[in-house]
Parts: sequence; C-alpha cells; structure tokens
Amino acid sequence: MNGRAGPSTPVPSEGFAAGVRASLPLCIALVAFGASFGVLARANGFGVAAPIVMSLTTFTGASQFAVVSILGGGGGLGAAVVAAVLLASRYGPIGLSVAPAITGSIPERFAQSQLVIDESWAVANRGDGTVNRGTLMGAGVALYVAWQVGTVIGVVGGDFLGNPEKLGLDAAFPALFLGLLAPRLKSREALAAAIGGAAIAFVLVPFSRAGIPVVAASSACLAGWWRRK
Amino acid sequence: MTEIWLAVILVGAASMAIKAAGPVVVGGRQLPERAMLLIAALAPALLAAFVVTNTFGSGRSLVLDERAIGLAAAAICVWCKAPLLVSIIAAASATAIARAM
Repeated sequence: MNGRAGPSTPVPSEGFAAGVRASLPLCIALVAFGASFGVLARANGFGVAAPIVMSLTTFTGASQFAVVSILGGGGGLGAAVVAAVLLASRYGPIGLSVAPAITGSIPERFAQSQLVIDESWAVANRGDGTVNRGTLMGAGVALYVAWQVGTVIGVVGGDFLGNPEKLGLDAAFPALFLGLLAPRLKSREALAAAIGGAAIAFVLVPFSRAGIPVVAASSACLAGWWRRK
Repeated sequence: MTEIWLAVILVGAASMAIKAAGPVVVGGRQLPERAMLLIAALAPALLAAFVVTNTFGSGRSLVLDERAIGLAAAAICVWCKAPLLVSIIAAASATAIARAM
C-alpha cells in the first residue's frame, strides 16, 4: 500500500495521490471486470451506448451485472431494477458515514458522492469512522476511470483480456476487504461488529435477494453502540 | 431496446440518488457523537460482510470454491503484516493457480 513505509510501522499516507496509489491494484481488477461487463452487456443485446452510459451513471458493478443478466435472461424490467436498487442500497449507510467529510455546495457534494464506492470508501476509511476526503476522491477518480476504460474495452473490443476469473481477479476484492478489516479489529466493539456483520451475511446469503445480506450486516454496527452505553 | 434504456435510466438515477442522499443532506456537518460511534463500527461490520459475500457468495447460495484459497493466502499475508498490495496479488495468484489445476 505504501512502499516507503517501514515493515514494522506502516504509516498510512493520506490525500488524493495516496488514494490513487492505494487503489491501483484494484484498478487493474476493475478494468478487467468492466471489460467483462461490457462483453456480457453486448452479448445480451445492450448495444454499444447503453452499457457505456450505464457505467458512467450507475458506477456500481454488482447492480450493473444484475441488470444485464436479469434482462438478458428475460427477467423483466421490474425484477432488474429491484435487484439493482437492493444491491446499491448499501450506499445509504456508507453515504451517511462519509457525509461529514464531503463539503462544498450541493452540486459539489453530489458530484463527490458519486465517487464513493465500496473500494474507495474502504481505502479512505481511517478506522474511527472518519474518512480522508482527498484519499476518498483520489481512489474514487482512479477507480471510476478504470471502470469506464474497462467497459469501453469490453463493449468495443470484446474479451481479448480473457475471463478475469481465470486470472483470479475476483479474489482481489475479498483480499482487499480482509486487509483493510484486520488492522481495525483492535477494540472489542470493532471485533463484535465484524463478527456480527460476517454472521449476518453468512446467514442471509442463502435466504435473501442479492444485496440484502450486506445492508442487513450494516446493522451489526449497533454492537459498537450498545457496548458503550 | 426501450426496456434496456429504461433500465439504464432508472437504475442510473436510483443509484446516483442513493449514493448522494447522505452527502447532499448532511454533508460537511459534524454528526452527533452517538452517530459517530455507530459509524465507526460500520466499517468492520461492512468489511466483514464484504469478505463473506465476495468469497462465499454465489447468487443465492454459499459456495466453497477457489476464492476461499485466495482468501486463505490473503489471510496469511495479513498475519505476516505484508503490504496490502502483496496480499491482493497473493490472493489473485493463489485463486488463479487453483483454477488452472
């Protein structure tokens, strides 16, 4: 994450450049998955413009894949939109948690909020509930560009990158989240929240629509509240 | 064609609105201390849930596949306090090798 930091005391650097740097390995994965989104969308009759517009506006991979596969599979508009919205609903609590760091006029705040995705939020999160705005924006811009580049490559050029899963790139995401989670487990509240969040996700995955397990898991943050009362 | 564009517009508008809600409504303001306690615990709760769904989730079922090997490799790296980049590369490589076998 930070090449100059010593092995014993990693100093987390902050700011726009640090955010770009921290997100670079994920950008590679995002280009590859953006490309596979583009390929899948074209294969399902989305044409060239619709997938690109979708990546520019929606910018959340899980929702986009859901729409393409549901509509492509004949699932209907309603089902596709509901699934996509459920998958995106985690950005409600995440958006609230980054809100104090996002300043400026309403249009400025709106623009910045669009760069908040799982990965940029995770990279910029300090562990005490606050985020560094520069890091968040740096990671967000880099990941946004990567997603658009990937989508265009997939839509226009087909899948010459190959299947990103063959390269194990889908395993990059849990590794990122684990790597960011581990240093936070120092307090009992954090540990309780993590165990609770993981348990809720485990239990709900087989029984609920995609997206619900993660939103429900955010309620495990109540563990932190109850303990301190 | 119409259905596709309708989906693109509706999902785009909905996800932009969901992402913007918090920052636009309460952006730049300091939240009460109670809320900050909750938000501090949100990170570990969500990160742990992401680990679970990204490793073991496959549609509506739990599966144990090559991603778990990648996660194990990442866990070893985290345990050894390796840089984040190293553990991400280790996870992707371990999963790719396992799939190739």
